[in-house]
Amino acid sequence: MSARGPFNLHARPKKWLQTVLSFLLFALCLGLYQVTAMVRHAENPQDKIVPTFGEMAEGVKRSAFEPDRDGEIRLLVDTIASLKRFFISLALLIPAVILGLYMGVFPYFELLFLKFTTFFDKIPALAILPILFIIFGLGEVSKVALILIGVFPTITLDAYLRAKEVPREQLTKGLTLGASHHEISLRIVLPQILPAVLNTIRLNFKAMILFLIAGESLAATVGLGYRIFVVRRYMAMDIIIPYVVWMSLLAVGADLFVRFYIRKRYPWATVNK
Amino acid sequence: MKKRTILIALMLCVIFVLPAFGAPRFKVAWSIYAGWMPWDYAKDSGILKKWADKYQIEIELIRMDYIPSVEAYVARQVDACVMTNMECLDMPAASGIDSSAIIVGDYSNGNDALLVRDNLQVRDLKGKEVSLVELSVSHYLLARSLELNGMKEKDVKVLNTSDADIGPVFLANPGQKAVITWNPMVMQIEQNPGISKRFTSADIPEEILDLMIVNTDVLRKNPELGKALTGAWYEVMSVMTQKGPAADKALKVMADSAECSLAEYKAQLKTTAMYYTPAEALAFIEGSSIKQKMDFVRQFCFDHGLLGENASSVDIIGVQYPDGSIQGDVKNVKFRFDHRFMEMAADGKL
Repeated sequence: MSARGPFNLHARPKKWLQTVLSFLLFALCLGLYQVTAMVRHAENPQDKIVPTFGEMAEGVKRSAFEPDRDGEIRLLVDTIASLKRFFISLALLIPAVILGLYMGVFPYFELLFLKFTTFFDKIPALAILPILFIIFGLGEVSKVALILIGVFPTITLDAYLRAKEVPREQLTKGLTLGASHHEISLRIVLPQILPAVLNTIRLNFKAMILFLIAGESLAATVGLGYRIFVVRRYMAMDIIIPYVVWMSLLAVGADLFVRFYIRKRYPWATVNK
Repeated sequence: MKKRTILIALMLCVIFVLPAFGAPRFKVAWSIYAGWMPWDYAKDSGILKKWADKYQIEIELIRMDYIPSVEAYVARQVDACVMTNMECLDMPAASGIDSSAIIVGDYSNGNDALLVRDNLQVRDLKGKEVSLVELSVSHYLLARSLELNGMKEKDVKVLNTSDADIGPVFLANPGQKAVITWNPMVMQIEQNPGISKRFTSADIPEEILDLMIVNTDVLRKNPELGKALTGAWYEVMSVMTQKGPAADKALKVMADSAECSLAEYKAQLKTTAMYYTPAEALAFIEGSSIKQKMDFVRQFCFDHGLLGENASSVDIIGVQYPDGSIQGDVKNVKFRFDHRFMEMAADGKL
């Protein structure tokens, strides 16, 4: 029993301890925050940099349940606008997967795209932001374009590498059984690489959100990132912090959904998990 | 070997430990703007150090981006910071940081401008998009131009655009008909064909003030900081007003630091109404018009939720003027026009 400490490979903490351990750091962060907020407010009751939980609850109430001065529920319109940009970009990643797949199976595609994509993947998208706004204007297109320039090549290269990993024997086997070249790529290779590629897309959610916020901070009239940058002008941390938490929750939700989907749809790919 | 170790240890002591026993140190943040470039020259020329030495303090001048500098000031990472009267009201004062304007350096006299395509009038902007940095002085300029033309902010669509890209982005998108920004972007944009200036801060003189703001508590405990800053500032002002090579040399340093040519910097100074002498600044802040001008600014801040979204009235923050009168809440004075240091400068007592 005593040997089963934190550095024991066979440690099996009791049920209650498992729960405590999982949430300990959350509680610690919240507690530390509350203490900081209290100290700062004791010194300056109008402090805006570290708002108390009560102030943030007020901020959430104003953002999520009351119409603002334009008569809109701010959090709702911002969330819808940002999610729309996010999902459009996500849908446009489907061609990225297909391209990667083709590069992995068809030599012509590999020769044409591989070097270019590898280079393109390394371009720091944020650095060319002004160029994007000049080419694509200030509307929705430029924001989606930024996200795609950021993650499209990554997803393509991932799909390419996974497709390359599929044993060549399988392709030959497919051909001898009378499958067409297209059937082999779409029905033999694609289903095998999809779970891994979906997983890569999931891991790239963070990058997508980062690019989304960057785009929204530069030119926008609505959006989660837009709001954070605008209310910064009057130090409204009581709005910014809940917005950040809300964005993280949305991201965690999307992440969990994809993981759940992979587990249900491709149980063979997650057999050891 | 041993000798060398001791020597190094001694040197480290001198570098790290001695300053702790030395003169009190203060951090002052500044950002690039025509009216604030003299601070860079004050540092570069040694004038700031000379005045700091005179009052036996040390002043570290830190160049930052504008909004981060004000944020650093609100977070008390710096003791003083240059900012406009509007940001002073809606960022530190609204966050409970008691702030004193010890130097009224200039007012924007055309540095902020509304630029349009197709020779549009302000009235023609109805229903059109206007690019600007939302809730900044540009937004204030929009509100004032609409107000003076009998329109409301709802009549136009505000497109929040980062100041980093506002120039090239506006120029590249002919569909955009109006933009509001400040110098040097105004100069870059207006040089292009088909673009005209429609409304500028020169149409609302002495409303957008550029100030040196010092944390009032720090200033109370260390009036030397106010004296040294004010002394250095007006020495630079006197250099700038001397005609001829000495002034040009100073202006060249400022232009280089602002990454523009001397001619461009001089052009920017034309739209910056500098109060070159303390007497001019005092005449303004001790006069009666300042209260009315500040009222426009605080009303804008209140209307846009900048004093706190749940602020009950425009009067929740008190603004104190040199005559001791207070605009707003007497019990919550957080923004003070402190004339004492400029007065000392005017009287030659620094």
